[in-house]
Amino acid sequence: MQDKIRQRAKELLAGGAVSVVIGYGEGSGNRVRAIFIQKPEDADRLILDDRCLQNLAVYLPKHEVRALGKPAIVARVPVLRSIQQLVYEQQLKEGDIAVIGVSDDGQVLDFPDLKSVGDFVSKIPLTLTPDEQAALKKLEAMSREERWNFWLEEMSNCIKCYACRASCPMCYCERCTVDCNQPQWISVPAHALGSLEWHIMRAMHLAGRCVNCGDCTRACPVKIPLALLNQRIIADIVDNFGEKAEYALAAFKPDDTEDFIR
Amino acid sequence: MADKKIIRKSSLGELFKKIRSDGKRILAPVDRGGKILFEYVDSPGSIAPDYIQTTLSAKDTLLPRCEEMLRFRTEQKSVYLEESLNRPEPTLIFGVRPCDARSIAVLNAVYLINYTDDIYRQKIDTTTIVGVSCAKCDEYCFCTSVGGSPGDTAGSDMLLTQMDNDIYLAEILTDKGKAIAALAPELFAEGGDVDKNKHCADVPVRFDVKDLSKRLPGVFEDPVWIAQSLRCIGCGTCSYVCPACTCFDIQDETDGNRGVRLRCWDSCGFAQFTLHTSGHNPREVQSQRWRQRIMHKFSYQPDQLDVIGCVGCGRCSRTCPVDMNILQHITDILEVH
Repeated sequence: MQDKIRQRAKELLAGGAVSVVIGYGEGSGNRVRAIFIQKPEDADRLILDDRCLQNLAVYLPKHEVRALGKPAIVARVPVLRSIQQLVYEQQLKEGDIAVIGVSDDGQVLDFPDLKSVGDFVSKIPLTLTPDEQAALKKLEAMSREERWNFWLEEMSNCIKCYACRASCPMCYCERCTVDCNQPQWISVPAHALGSLEWHIMRAMHLAGRCVNCGDCTRACPVKIPLALLNQRIIADIVDNFGEKAEYALAAFKPDDTEDFIR
Repeated sequence: MADKKIIRKSSLGELFKKIRSDGKRILAPVDRGGKILFEYVDSPGSIAPDYIQTTLSAKDTLLPRCEEMLRFRTEQKSVYLEESLNRPEPTLIFGVRPCDARSIAVLNAVYLINYTDDIYRQKIDTTTIVGVSCAKCDEYCFCTSVGGSPGDTAGSDMLLTQMDNDIYLAEILTDKGKAIAALAPELFAEGGDVDKNKHCADVPVRFDVKDLSKRLPGVFEDPVWIAQSLRCIGCGTCSYVCPACTCFDIQDETDGNRGVRLRCWDSCGFAQFTLHTSGHNPREVQSQRWRQRIMHKFSYQPDQLDVIGCVGCGRCSRTCPVDMNILQHITDILEVH
């Protein structure tokens, strides 16, 4: 698998199809990190193993990455989903990027265009793992007051470093609501109310858009289980609209049967 | 010259009681599901038994993530100041690592030299630091490269070094340290004339910080900053876990005609950090922000305040979601010709 990724990267770079390949490489200690390969001979630095979890789609809108020219991106399923969503939200269009896909069973996938990325991931329902479902059940079994206290305690650790936002490919707004101060929509300081408001707002903004890659939770320096909020919303969407409902909360249909939406 | 005594680990409970009766709250590292956080404790039993470094530094006490600067009310077109409710409580922070204790010199340089920040001064005046030397380190630690050491006394009022399971060497370093020892002199015994270094971690010197400071202005325009920071996602984690980062933002929160002005941590990693109201941003892209972080700590602060803005605690590297490793990056910068 790793060899195939390197081979594909070399071909794309040598043939001039892309200027840079965004993938994973060895980092410090036993960590891995995103690397940006610009020469075919450097493609052997690319790796792919169980440690490679970061959602690399986060780099697609980044100014200095764009300045390198057209990228190819090593994309596991959550990254493919992010690409699908970014295309839907008109943040990416055909021809912007090349995709070196990796399926859940470790096959390296060729995608001729971004439509085929969407077609591929549409067939894989966005469902929660048994562990994720169990964590949600535990939370749902709490009384309202217990759950409120659980979140208050978790949020009391928040330092508002915005690693959750920065690590999220769906948080691509150039100016986030929390950075607006005229008017100030939500409380900025990292006190209990400010942190709670921030995370509730962020979860709601990601409703129907979150691909459950888990980067917000992994990025959090104080280990707040933020993905639980998004996973609960994903569970609600599955319950209400079915497993294959894409863009369930983002699509507007003129013939929608609900009156309030018109 | 520090007064050196020994104190038994089993006596700390008694000492904590005396400190509490003296009216001080005690903050100490507590294990919260893998996070090591400074929390209020009454007894040493609650303290995390084994950790290299706390998740957040003790900075949160001296320079909280957000704190009240003043209160105000408006009446028609006038604004009136009201009494601030931000009053420091006498606090003892126990278990501060020597690198973190050393960072107080950086906070002092920013908040006490040139301009005395009263809110900070009151906090520093009422806070006692009891450091605990490091017996262990990891690959991210580099205190010895920036002037510190695992048994460094700088910034601590009292420094404890564990000699064996039940014995600490207690170095009583300042008047505040003496005041703590004076609460229970019977717990501090003679016998402190020992070599603590063999009980401290061995942190190798990884680079020459003077050389770095000298060379940084010359590499300001080097492409190394872009290469290093391509993977930086622009969050503020490095600054917020840093014991020596001091930048802040000011926010007003109002409710009707009353309001509070708060000082909140800010980070040079954020795109808005230096955004002007005109729309111009002198640090438009992430590589310029990353460069600012390194320049500020290793060039501007040594030049202007005679202090290195980094204590080598390694938190930024340990915590960075995308593995920005400051030690590796500094080493690479030193190789730029």
